[in-house]
Amino acid sequence: MAVDSKTVQKVALLAKLKVDDDKVEATKDEFNKILKWIEQLDEVETQGVEPLVSVNEEHLVCREDKVTDGNIKDEILANAPESEFGYFAVPKVVE
Amino acid sequence: MADFIIETPKGKWELVCGLEIHCQIVSKSKIFSGASTEFGDDANVNVSFIDAGMPGMLPVLNKECVRQAVKTGLGLNAVINKYSVFSRKNYFYADSPQGYQITQFEYPIVGEGKITVDLSDGTSKDIRIERMHIEQDAAKSIHDINPKKSYVDFNRCGVGLMEIVTKPDFRSPEEVGAFLKKLRSIVRYLGTCDGNMDEGSMRCDASISVRPLGSNELRERAEVKNVNSVKFAMQAVEYEAKRQVELYENGETLKQQTCRFNPATGETKFLRFKEFSDDYRYFPEPDLPPLVLDDAFIEEIRNNLVELPDAKKARFVKELGLTPYDASVLCENKETADFFEEAAKGRDAKKVANWIMGDFFAMLNAKKLPLEKSPISAEKLGRLVDLISKNVINGKTAKDVFAIMAETSQEPEAIVEEKGWKQVTDTSAIEAIVDEVLQSNPDNVAAYKGGKNNLLGWFVGQVMKQSKGTANPAIVNQLLKQKLG
Repeated sequence: MAVDSKTVQKVALLAKLKVDDDKVEATKDEFNKILKWIEQLDEVETQGVEPLVSVNEEHLVCREDKVTDGNIKDEILANAPESEFGYFAVPKVVE
Repeated sequence: MADFIIETPKGKWELVCGLEIHCQIVSKSKIFSGASTEFGDDANVNVSFIDAGMPGMLPVLNKECVRQAVKTGLGLNAVINKYSVFSRKNYFYADSPQGYQITQFEYPIVGEGKITVDLSDGTSKDIRIERMHIEQDAAKSIHDINPKKSYVDFNRCGVGLMEIVTKPDFRSPEEVGAFLKKLRSIVRYLGTCDGNMDEGSMRCDASISVRPLGSNELRERAEVKNVNSVKFAMQAVEYEAKRQVELYENGETLKQQTCRFNPATGETKFLRFKEFSDDYRYFPEPDLPPLVLDDAFIEEIRNNLVELPDAKKARFVKELGLTPYDASVLCENKETADFFEEAAKGRDAKKVANWIMGDFFAMLNAKKLPLEKSPISAEKLGRLVDLISKNVINGKTAKDVFAIMAETSQEPEAIVEEKGWKQVTDTSAIEAIVDEVLQSNPDNVAAYKGGKNNLLGWFVGQVMKQSKGTANPAIVNQLLKQKLG
């Protein structure tokens, strides 16, 4: 599998990363190198093998339903570039 | 099936619709953090660093959310998957500080199920459930405080959600409405979601397409997002279906798109096309291993399941002799069903049902009171019915007693005693009144004997009037018929 420049631009858009037009070719080549390296895995026979979702053999550990966190509004808002009336203030995102 | 066919001079069209319903899980704390789920608190108070998407914070699953999901799955008559997996759904938006939502994708916790809905023409229909998975809710954005900014409140961010996806089984807006009501009733019975659509704890997205009647094709669809009442969902489906028919008949095509419903106009409004905005790049959540449930956990929930509306309705019909319609009205919410059962205990259930669905509901409506604030308790209403059954008062007097109970919450027996409304069942006392009425109206007696049978009602009225409404009407009727021959 090889990617083209269009795919590079799409991935950049989805990742919210800016890739300058003159870097697209080079990025495409890098993508393809990585993909090629990973394609070695194709040699492994995976017919009938369920996808592995975690290498962690442990099962999920759950918590009890208790309120143990929160009430730290000032700390939550501390890193906000802008906040007003206790809200995060962000550029208008109305649809 | 209740027919809904869009007919134009050019042809007949059929609706094909499926729903996705998000139900907020009832739990004290959020699905992956220990912050409170309380609704209506000050902005950003119920937020932990996990909810705020701070680097390095790890989610820990709330066991209660899993229990609630399993309970709901059982209520949907669905398969419970003992193995399920959390996934990341990646998207960039101000309401999601992580840049992704933790949800379930290929392996949801609940598989296929079904809900039976009752329709107005007396038929019922099974709506198939495709799946149900659990995930985290997003933050709430407020757009109307500042003209240049959106304000974001993360209190809702991380509250547990159950997303229920149906198969495209809906063929009419009525079915959509009946399904939403039924689903709401089920989750409320189970106590897994409060079902308040206007507060956003239950939200509905509808995927709508149309096709020529008789064809089996599936055409492009429009998704109407976040409709917040049963009525609006029905309106949105109807409007959007008709809009699409118009489009096709004008020779245009529909491109898969997302719309919003405007309750003020009853119309759907185009928002955006579905292109790569929906490229969510799902992958298994690395911070959470797969969720594995054991049989004991599921069985414990199954064994403690409350009686659901369908089962309750069937029991009311079979054991208490109610009509299916009456039973379904009384079973729509658990509180009403419980009230009825308490009032009907050891009594004529049909009579009690008639009182509840008639005078009692009318009284609550007129006073704008919820059931739990009723001035008349189930037990007192039951005793009022007893007074009628034991011939202490007649049905007409009972209505007057009821009216006083609604104002004063008094015991029905005390009202009857105080007002001297106790019915006269002593035949000789009634006979004396009957004789008096007959003697003072010889003309009418003659007319009745001459064939004017409908005068019987007039005589009954006279006797009732003389007795100030306390004479037992059955005895009055019987005596009059005897004496008039």
